[in-house]
Amino acid sequence: MYMQRGGSKGRGRNERSGGDDSNGNGSALFEFTIASDYRASQEVQDKIMYDVNRRGFNSQTVFAIKLALEEAMMNAIKHGNGRDAKKKVYIEAKVNSRQAEIVVEDEGPGFSRRSVPDPTLPENLEKCSGRGIHLIEAYVNEVEWSRGGRRLRMIIRDDPDVLPRG
Amino acid sequence: MAESIPPVSVTSQKDIRIIEFTNNKILDEGNIAEIGATLMPLIDEVAQPKLLLDFANVDHLSSAALGMLINVNNKIKQKNGQLRLTNIKPQIFEVFVITKLNNLFRIMPTRSDALTSFAQ
Repeated sequence: MYMQRGGSKGRGRNERSGGDDSNGNGSALFEFTIASDYRASQEVQDKIMYDVNRRGFNSQTVFAIKLALEEAMMNAIKHGNGRDAKKKVYIEAKVNSRQAEIVVEDEGPGFSRRSVPDPTLPENLEKCSGRGIHLIEAYVNEVEWSRGGRRLRMIIRDDPDVLPRG
Repeated sequence: MAESIPPVSVTSQKDIRIIEFTNNKILDEGNIAEIGATLMPLIDEVAQPKLLLDFANVDHLSSAALGMLINVNNKIKQKNGQLRLTNIKPQIFEVFVITKLNNLFRIMPTRSDALTSFAQ
């Protein structure tokens, strides 16, 4: 149901995935399962962003996708899986000419969104962590946590007038 | 493997250390740790450190990078030193605004503005 013309599908981080027609209007679907490793995460991000960069999105949209992807994957590796190399991170990205939909799921204990304090409150401003989720929520159009906080689904539309929300 | 370029270059003007980020991204933990390891001795070496961070090359930064900057700011504050940030591109400045860190850091438009803003 997610695939449109020219769509292709790749599995595993070593496999080149995604693909569309030459004018960049088709849908691409990416699926990766990686170890909780920053280098592997970077490879996944590079592959997804390679497709995103061909779409002709507004630069603000591209910035938002890159930021959301980076923060979501870092959260999954660091806070979700606690950098346990045995635990995996699953990433799915669907990109078309209008938007990117990204799912990141970890194998950690999960968390409650409400338990994360607002990093912009004066008493939290000098704390060194806690900003990733806040940034994601500011830069994406739709955000949904499920499976006890282990799964994050985000949609970023190519609509530069809307985001970010301060 | 090719030797990688250090993530920052450091120059001095009088007693002010000017740190320029050399990469267009301040994202990954290794990179951030290396930047932190370069900055900490510059804070430790004098009684009241004066540091100027130049973001002219930076197009992306992560929340982990913000955490490192806050840590640097806290260390400098503990020593009654001064920290300025400059040449932040609009998209990056927006990240500071969203996180309200524009209220924590002293952000100056240009390097010369930043240099003249240091108290003697």
